Amino acid sequence: MDQTVTPNNLVTLDRVGLQQDGRWLVRGVDLNIGRGEIVTLIGPNGSGKSTTARLALGILKPNEGEATRAKNLRVGYVPQRFDIDWSLPLSVDRLMQLTGKLEATAINTALERAGVAHLLKSEIRHLSGGEFQRVLLARAIARKPDLLVLDEPVQGVDFAGEVALYELISEIRDTLDCGILLISHDLHVVMAATDRVICLNGHVCCQGTPQAVAESPEYLNLFGGSAAATLAVYEHSHDHTHLPDGTVQHADGSVTEHCHPDDGHHHEQETTDAG
Amino acid sequence: MLDDFFTRALIAGIGVALVAGPLGCLIIWRRLSYYGDTLSHSALLGVALALVFQINIMLAVFCVCALVSLMVLLLQRRTLLPSDAILGLLSHSTLALGLVCLSLMSWIRVDLMALLFGDILAVSRFDLMLIFTGGVGVLGVLMVIWRPLFAATVNSELAHAEGLDPRRHTVVFMLLMATVIAISMKIVGVLLITALLIIPATAARRFSTGPEQMAILAGVAGVTAVIAGLFGSLAWDTPAGPSIVVAAAAIFLATQVLAACLGRAR
Repeated sequence: MDQTVTPNNLVTLDRVGLQQDGRWLVRGVDLNIGRGEIVTLIGPNGSGKSTTARLALGILKPNEGEATRAKNLRVGYVPQRFDIDWSLPLSVDRLMQLTGKLEATAINTALERAGVAHLLKSEIRHLSGGEFQRVLLARAIARKPDLLVLDEPVQGVDFAGEVALYELISEIRDTLDCGILLISHDLHVVMAATDRVICLNGHVCCQGTPQAVAESPEYLNLFGGSAAATLAVYEHSHDHTHLPDGTVQHADGSVTEHCHPDDGHHHEQETTDAG
Repeated sequence: MLDDFFTRALIAGIGVALVAGPLGCLIIWRRLSYYGDTLSHSALLGVALALVFQINIMLAVFCVCALVSLMVLLLQRRTLLPSDAILGLLSHSTLALGLVCLSLMSWIRVDLMALLFGDILAVSRFDLMLIFTGGVGVLGVLMVIWRPLFAATVNSELAHAEGLDPRRHTVVFMLLMATVIAISMKIVGVLLITALLIIPATAARRFSTGPEQMAILAGVAGVTAVIAGLFGSLAWDTPAGPSIVVAAAAIFLATQVLAACLGRAR
């Protein structure tokens, strides 16, 4: 992987390691996120995904190696755990402005994009898990960050919502031109828009495009068996649209009765058979 | 007007309640009630040291509380002890140390009851001045750091990741706590300070939709408790400090009943 530091680099981890109570949580991790790039971290439980994200954010300081962030980097963060105590009266509106003041339009636009604009005045503890997750994502993007770090952003979101959120994440990358570090809660599912997948297991086990990782022997070794046989990739290519009358409009404007077998799917999973 | 001891007590109590409200909210949001106890117990050591070195009691209490706060932070970072154990350790060691120091100074007669339960009716003009400069200072600092401090309270990692400095704000918060303990000790006494911080905030919770609103309502509830408590103590000849806390508890109860009735009516 290219590790040269260019002005475009938002965050660079250079062989970082973190030791806690005599145990290395992660070690020798290289990571580099540039503008407009989506990097996905996958790995088994305890493989150091969240730790790596915290090192990249500067919440944790590495014991070895170096973590560098671009100057005045504006960060949007969706942490893995976010508990709101009952004693805390907090509306969505107020949560949106937790770490800084925002214009009302920025708040509304972000909530709309995440599909939860109607919840603006709701109290946080009345939200469902999925709604809360959307609000957290909206909060992170409303800040118009340079770097978006999403630690399991779709936990508790239903399947259809999950696909929509993954679409939204790749849209955000395009509109904000930000770098995105995504931690996937499901190691078999990686969004198709990901530029690079990094498979962690205390160290970088393998990395590359989703397809390349799915086929790499290290990945198969780590996850083994039939569970690892498929790395599902969310494909979303707008090359055809199903019209209300049941016919299909293609990218070139032609309309046919059905989709072609080689059309891109939407809202469906395409599995890359790696076994 | 300030010549009347009762008026002075009233003004002092209101000043303390206005500061204790917002700070009390932060304490319950951060689940730090026990931390308030720890600081107030260590205040007794401050009193003992003030008597030994012949310095102002409020100043000595502030210094000891600030020192204990920093020790809490240090022990949290350096040891694997759980937070409640650290607080218990410091709370009782400082309380015991304070009592031992006081007993060693046999030549000084200390009104222990006044220390434990407060002596609001003995508030002097100088005390009033300290309470109001201290109180205005605490509220001013609190307003300046409110947003980052609140963000750090909700989610410290998030605040850190998004460019705030939760550690620094936590230290400032602890110093503000030390100040409030120091200025309110004379009002309600060492044993009941935490009550003045926590009870008005819990009473405000049911009627608040936002953190800022809860902070203000807690201040209002505290002021009401001070006024009701002081007039109650005058009417029934009860000790002033405990009467204020009883009034606060009564307000809490009333808000719960009121909220339940409103909830049923809706």
